[in-house]
Amino acid sequence: MSAGDFLAMGGYGFYVWGSYIVAIVAIAIEVAAVRSRLNAAGRMSNHEQSNR
Amino acid sequence: MTTSINWFRFASPASFFALAGRLVPWFASAAALLALLGCYLGLFVAPTDAQQGEAYRIIFIHVPAAWMSMFIYLVMAFWCAISLTFNTRLAAMMAQSLAPTGAMFTFVALWTGALWGKPTWGTYWAWDARMTSELILLFLYFGYMALRNAIDDPRRADRASAVLALVGAVNIPIIYFSVKWWNTLHQGASVSLTSAPSMAKVMLAGMLVMAFAAWFYAIAIALLRVQAIILERERATGWVGELATGARAAK
Repeated sequence: MSAGDFLAMGGYGFYVWGSYIVAIVAIAIEVAAVRSRLNAAGRMSNHEQSNR
Repeated sequence: MTTSINWFRFASPASFFALAGRLVPWFASAAALLALLGCYLGLFVAPTDAQQGEAYRIIFIHVPAAWMSMFIYLVMAFWCAISLTFNTRLAAMMAQSLAPTGAMFTFVALWTGALWGKPTWGTYWAWDARMTSELILLFLYFGYMALRNAIDDPRRADRASAVLALVGAVNIPIIYFSVKWWNTLHQGASVSLTSAPSMAKVMLAGMLVMAFAAWFYAIAIALLRVQAIILERERATGWVGELATGARAAK
């Protein structure tokens, strides 16, 4: 089986890869959003604490 | 030698914050490894399906995402019940932390379902019982998050959103049994507790590995998000101050 055959997925490439890629992107977005939220929360509490 | 662990210690956000921080890398690594193994099984090892050709390979994303969308809601409703009953902050924070991840999995289940429906049923969407109830689940997650955000006092937001989450839990058995109760488009369960799975062993193995990957991912991301929530809600307290001074000293 060639790489082209693999990507074509027997003619269902759009549906199969459309599913896998969107799932990966959704997870990547969530991880990035949570990381930046945690960083922001850390900065905010640092700031608040140094103002005490 | 036996050491006794005081588990109630971890019901306090301060000690749970540290515990969550230690657990995240383990769950995240397990999720990544299982996802790689699951994709290898699903895309390279599992044979072509006799009826659906290669289109069926969407199952390795679709079914784990759909399971997680329902399971996370139940866990969220469980923490809401705990927070309402015992008035514990951490339980409410866990529920708050799970909602966006549940919504993400619900979206992925709906999206992959649409992309699977087109080649197999000829349509991206139908107002079928299971699809409609899964869409309602997405709106329940959105409603839960919107209600939380609309209330400024976090403790009031905890109570109001917990009631909403508990009432909405009635939708979960409706989704799960919809394929039995109504004979519409979506097919019945391929895997159930009462009968042998109606699929090849390697397909089943790939699907279960992906389900465990999704499970560990959900735990990792919920623990990461709950750390942010704890900092946001407890930032004026003394222990966060000690944490902040500790972090500054470590730099």
